[in-house]
Amino acid sequence: MSTKEKTGWIIGGIVIALYALFPIAWIVSLSLKSSADLNAGGFLPATGFSWDNYSLILTGSASDLFLPALRNSFGICLIATFISVFLSMFAAYAIARLDFPGKKFILGTALGVAIFPVISIVTPLFNLWRQIGLYDTWPGLIIPYLSLTLPLSIWTMSAFFREIPWEMEQAAQVDGATTWQAFRKVIVPLAAPGVFTTAIIAFFIAWNDFVYGISLTSTGASRPVPAALGLFSGASQFEDPTGAIAAAAVIVTIPVVILVLVFQRRIVAGLTNGAVKG
Amino acid sequence: MASIEMRNIVKKYGDGFPAVNDISLDIADGEFMILVGPSGCGKSTLLRMIVGLEDITSGDMVIGGDRVNDKAPRERNLSMVFQNYALYPHMSVYENIAFPLRLAKTPDDKVDRLVKEAADVLELHEHLERKPANLSGGQRQRVAMGRAIVRQAEAFLFDEPLSNLDAKLRGQMRTEIARLQRRLGITTVYVTHDQTEAMTLGDRVCVLRKGSIQQVASPRELYEQPVNLFVAGFIGSPPMNFLPATVEGNRLQTPFGPIELDERRAAAVAGRDLLLVGIRPEYFEDASLVDDAKKPLGSTFTARVDVTEWLGDQQYAYIPYEAPEKIRTHLQELSRELDSEELRTQAIVSIDATSRIREGRDAEFWLDSRKVHVFDPETGENLTRDAEAGAALTQMANEDREEQVAEAAGGLTGERSSGAA
Repeated sequence: MSTKEKTGWIIGGIVIALYALFPIAWIVSLSLKSSADLNAGGFLPATGFSWDNYSLILTGSASDLFLPALRNSFGICLIATFISVFLSMFAAYAIARLDFPGKKFILGTALGVAIFPVISIVTPLFNLWRQIGLYDTWPGLIIPYLSLTLPLSIWTMSAFFREIPWEMEQAAQVDGATTWQAFRKVIVPLAAPGVFTTAIIAFFIAWNDFVYGISLTSTGASRPVPAALGLFSGASQFEDPTGAIAAAAVIVTIPVVILVLVFQRRIVAGLTNGAVKG
Repeated sequence: MASIEMRNIVKKYGDGFPAVNDISLDIADGEFMILVGPSGCGKSTLLRMIVGLEDITSGDMVIGGDRVNDKAPRERNLSMVFQNYALYPHMSVYENIAFPLRLAKTPDDKVDRLVKEAADVLELHEHLERKPANLSGGQRQRVAMGRAIVRQAEAFLFDEPLSNLDAKLRGQMRTEIARLQRRLGITTVYVTHDQTEAMTLGDRVCVLRKGSIQQVASPRELYEQPVNLFVAGFIGSPPMNFLPATVEGNRLQTPFGPIELDERRAAAVAGRDLLLVGIRPEYFEDASLVDDAKKPLGSTFTARVDVTEWLGDQQYAYIPYEAPEKIRTHLQELSRELDSEELRTQAIVSIDATSRIREGRDAEFWLDSRKVHVFDPETGENLTRDAEAGAALTQMANEDREEQVAEAAGGLTGERSSGAA
């Protein structure tokens, strides 16, 4: 690559990064503005940085709304992710390894569910959940979240399992392993990057959901953060809660960033290198 | 250690296609058996049925006196080396080799001792802490073998273990496997499509074609007394030449002139019409380099040489010839079955490296007619096979093997006692 090309790539990269990061920078700056500054229009707070918005949502009047929501979001999303990854691990393994009738049908249905518009099932679900007592409970959100995350998890994970040479397992069986031992000691460690990738995707989907969160909850008992953000109110009815929402948005972005940073070390491409002929 | 007996083994896939068709084969305790054949002949399927990775449609698989048809692979106590090695990439070389022992819940100190022993045999000591990804092809191959020899298995199974190595390494590993097997004296079944491996490694070789056995014999018998066209064409490199021939009394008329037959062979082909005569490349020679004493044992003919290949230690000449349409189709069919593509009817002739025969010119060749075989082009059957001579060759190989096994056993006990002292 010539110097000219290199410079071109660097400039292009910077432009794209700026374009992508600008809204985030704006939200961060917004969250650090005092309420008087909000409509001033400048990028940097005119009257200096203020932590008012953060104290409002963490200890102030909005904390009743925000803190339980944060707890709910973490709990519900982690449980949904865990169940989804666990179930899809077995489903994807079966899909990748076994030839059973209806395999294509299952994969097709999974994809169909994934692209099914959420809004169209919210109303029936709302009625059903109220009848059977799942309305405004953790399981009441975990179950619909599974319907969002499972199809994608199964698809991603079966792609990963297909990459693992079947000889690995057969070798383990000849070496004296039971099917379960071969799965646990050979397949799962090899599929680990796939498992973590899937977990991150599933967590994002659940974490970002708004429609289910706002429709199937009514109190702090189960309301997740995206829904709670919509319910923030300003200090008076004439004030927009923009600063508080910006602060909350920054806070909920942090776990996602941490998650990616922690797991990206696990998502090492090419872990299966050296298993078979190279 | 155990013998392996197969009785009428059949493998049919879902579509009813028999990949392995009614195979019966006895492999003696400590024997090195090769399963060889072109791709799709069922050799790998047969091996996988022995180890239990493939279900047996019908027939009995008996290992060490027990019928194992319904046993899972792990209950059969066999060890296998896969074509692509199938090493566990997330484990170190040490743990890869130790894996079968760990599964058997072997105490740590014993695991350590056995792994070190295996590593010594395969010279893997300095690589024990590395991951398979950081090893070369040959080293990975050795790790795969280490995993196989580390425990006391009833038999070793090899599924084309050398096909992913380059030619030079393949030669070295071949010798290594032979040495290892002789030393450990364990029953071994080795699948390959490479006839050099088959010839050099095996005590006996089983040639398979489309799921059935063609011939089971020592390499020498296969080479000198093949039962049919298929075995004759498969064993030997460059392959045997097949020339069209017609019978005239005691003589065969071929494109390369008449070939005299002895009485036994003349009787075997009497009354036949169109035949194929099989002549190995080394039965030919540059006529000017043949001793006068030897000359009367064969016939001399003149032919135009198309191409010559000089290899240093020997030289090959390619001589095109005309064949009737019927024979051409037969030969093309045969070469397709043998995984090769014969575009023209030509004879490959091995001549002395010092020969001055040059391409594009007419040259005089001598042909040793004592060892030629005559085949029926329709059935492929070898009409002139001397079964007794063949059996004698295999008997000889068996005696050699028994002697070697006895020596290995003696050597091993000697080693052990000195180790203890």
